[in-house]
Amino acid sequence: MSATRAAVPPRHRLDHPGGRPVDRRRGSTLLRHLAVVLAAGLLLVAVSYAVEPFRNFQLATVAAYLCATAGLTVLTGLNGQLSLGHGALMATGAYTVALCQTAFADRGMTGGWLLPLSLGAAIVSTVAVGAVVGVAAARLRGPYLAGVTLAVAVVVPALAVTFDGVFNGEQGLSVPVEPPPLSLGPYFPYERWQLWVTGAATLLALLLLANLIRSRYGRTFRAVRDDEVAARLAGIHVARTQVLAFVVSAATAGLGGALLAVLAQSVSPGAFSLTLSLFLLMAVVIGGLGRLTGALWGAVLLVALPDLTHSLTDTLTLSPAVAQRLEGNLPLAIFGLTLIVVMIAAPGGVQGLLSRLGRALLARRPTRRS
Amino acid sequence: MHRKAHRGLAIASTLALLITAAGCSGDDGPGSGGASVPGVTDTEIVVGTHMPLTGPASAGYSKIAPATKAYFDYVNANGGVHGRKITYKIMDDGYNPANTQQVVRQLVLQDKVFAVLNGLGTPTHTGVLDFLKTNRVPDLFVASGSRSWDQPDKYPGTFGFNPDYTVEGKILANYAKVNLAGQKVCFLGQDDDFGRDSLAGVEKVLGAGAVAAKQTYVTSNTNVAPQIGAFKAAGCQVVVLATVPGFTALSVGTAARLGFKPQWLVSNVGADHPTLAKQLGAAAPLLEGMVGTNYLPMQNDTANPWIQLFTKVNKEHNGDAPFDGNTVYGMSVGYLFVQTLLAAGKDLTREKVLDAVQKGGFQGPGLVPLRFSATDHSGYGGQRLSRVTGGVQSYFGPAYETDEADGSVNEYTATPAAPPANGVPTAS
Repeated sequence: MSATRAAVPPRHRLDHPGGRPVDRRRGSTLLRHLAVVLAAGLLLVAVSYAVEPFRNFQLATVAAYLCATAGLTVLTGLNGQLSLGHGALMATGAYTVALCQTAFADRGMTGGWLLPLSLGAAIVSTVAVGAVVGVAAARLRGPYLAGVTLAVAVVVPALAVTFDGVFNGEQGLSVPVEPPPLSLGPYFPYERWQLWVTGAATLLALLLLANLIRSRYGRTFRAVRDDEVAARLAGIHVARTQVLAFVVSAATAGLGGALLAVLAQSVSPGAFSLTLSLFLLMAVVIGGLGRLTGALWGAVLLVALPDLTHSLTDTLTLSPAVAQRLEGNLPLAIFGLTLIVVMIAAPGGVQGLLSRLGRALLARRPTRRS
Repeated sequence: MHRKAHRGLAIASTLALLITAAGCSGDDGPGSGGASVPGVTDTEIVVGTHMPLTGPASAGYSKIAPATKAYFDYVNANGGVHGRKITYKIMDDGYNPANTQQVVRQLVLQDKVFAVLNGLGTPTHTGVLDFLKTNRVPDLFVASGSRSWDQPDKYPGTFGFNPDYTVEGKILANYAKVNLAGQKVCFLGQDDDFGRDSLAGVEKVLGAGAVAAKQTYVTSNTNVAPQIGAFKAAGCQVVVLATVPGFTALSVGTAARLGFKPQWLVSNVGADHPTLAKQLGAAAPLLEGMVGTNYLPMQNDTANPWIQLFTKVNKEHNGDAPFDGNTVYGMSVGYLFVQTLLAAGKDLTREKVLDAVQKGGFQGPGLVPLRFSATDHSGYGGQRLSRVTGGVQSYFGPAYETDEADGSVNEYTATPAAPPANGVPTAS
């Protein structure tokens, strides 16, 4: 516990030592979130027309990762459970989509409703896996929990290789995805369509997560994180809460993995290695633990970093041998360094920094400090 | 209310940042309207590739693309092709299909390459076939012998380079059948189309039940002791390897540790002696007697005019990097691509390049002919066997040709072409 609790930013906007909800606004949370999601959706459509195909593809990848990081930040940041196995849950979703889409294609079925169906199946299968792991995780604390989730991260990709008759080993499976609907015109850029699909799915997932966080469930998640004994005394079923948190985050991870598979039109165990699980965790910590906006920064970082390092190695005129070594390993090193710097300089992550800046800009007196 | 404004501000600033980031990307593609060919200007042709510069298959293979680039630099120094310099963008995918997806999209959508050249790997490249097809990007001379590249109807823009693994399996099995008759043959292959295609070829010649033990390996697991142990237990005398160099070395080393000494018959993609010797270090003598295949001039054959040319290019444009089979391979690919560009003519388009390859008739460093035609997109059509003797890998016997179906394995006797005097092909 202590390890994860230490990682939680000390002052949280959403929870208060007094336990009273800070939010005193009138009006419906649901409507507010809906408005934000709609605005974001409109912006996304506008952006998809403004930028070139490759950026659309990258934004779509950000959206897919955002699903996973948002779920992880709820699990780790709000419920205090450390998961090193989120990449494996993404793989579960990705392989489910691949198998479903292939099955549909083999039966000659076509239609726009098939992809949502496959994505739904991916979420269901990941929820099942997440429930199993969650039940085990609810009995464990601290390093033991990390160990179990770590094992999951290693085992799931290995299954793809062990049962290569179904999963085709390391070569992986292809994911047949239909082109954009003809009603959009014959030359509608495929990458824009990809961004629309992933964006819509991600925004829907974020809407549900945001509502969950602001609900009674969100409060019980935090209560369990902060003090299990107190939570139990308050009548909260601790184990049940923990399993629920795990299942929710698994569902979003499954959706994220499924979207990634749809984007790449293929799925292979190499895409969901242990490294990915560690990257996800680092991304949510750097972005700002326990906040959905932090998850967004983390997802952006996951996509931008390899790109940046590639540009960096391009600009430095290095000997081929050095450039070769840097190419694959530099993102890891930069990620690690960033994590250390962020932990020292801004424990609240990128979002914590931005909040502080925002507060300074709005010239608000820090009255909410208790 | 403040909080709402706050959140709105956060979201707006986030998206603003994203848009800025997107806007910052310089669009350095051809800027002269819609009629221009991607990656082609009057002075430049941009092509790209995905290569395992890091990861489990990087041993040896990481030297291929730099060698190709060195040959392009040599051609550029000699005036380029139709007055255009060739720029070669090399992307690392770590032999991980997921990374290949990303880097190839970057090459096509962001760098706007004219073509993808010599993308390496069966599992990696298989995943980008559809993407390249839908974007109509010529996908030339894939660095793998999978039969997937030879599907003119399904993938009209994809062409192979290596002899396909089924052809190779047949040639290796034919050697076993003729020279090692009555010995127990076993097979270790990579767990993808590479291993499967190769095994299909071996079984075509020896018969379906003739392979005593079949094992597979995955590149993410560098322990092949169980597989080699199974061979030893089965009493294998001949082991056919469809392996990348790192795993050829692993298999040979592991077998020595287990006191198991079969006759190795190794795929051309995993049989380059300098690469294997470097991998094994002090254990390099274990490679003695290994039989491999190849279809390009042997790297140590200093009397061969092609090797003389490539050595010179390697000195001038590749920092005199250690010269091995991968260098020869990379430069041969470069030579063929320059020939293709020349044949496509001065007014370069993607269609013309594909037509030029399909027309075929390329004379180059290969010991056997290239098969390109409108109905055949596979590369070299045969191979010659090599053996390591006294630490030196050299050819023996004739070159062989066969098809990927049930045709017989035949000797091929024509003499290979000599390189042009200045080492740059001329339009024929």
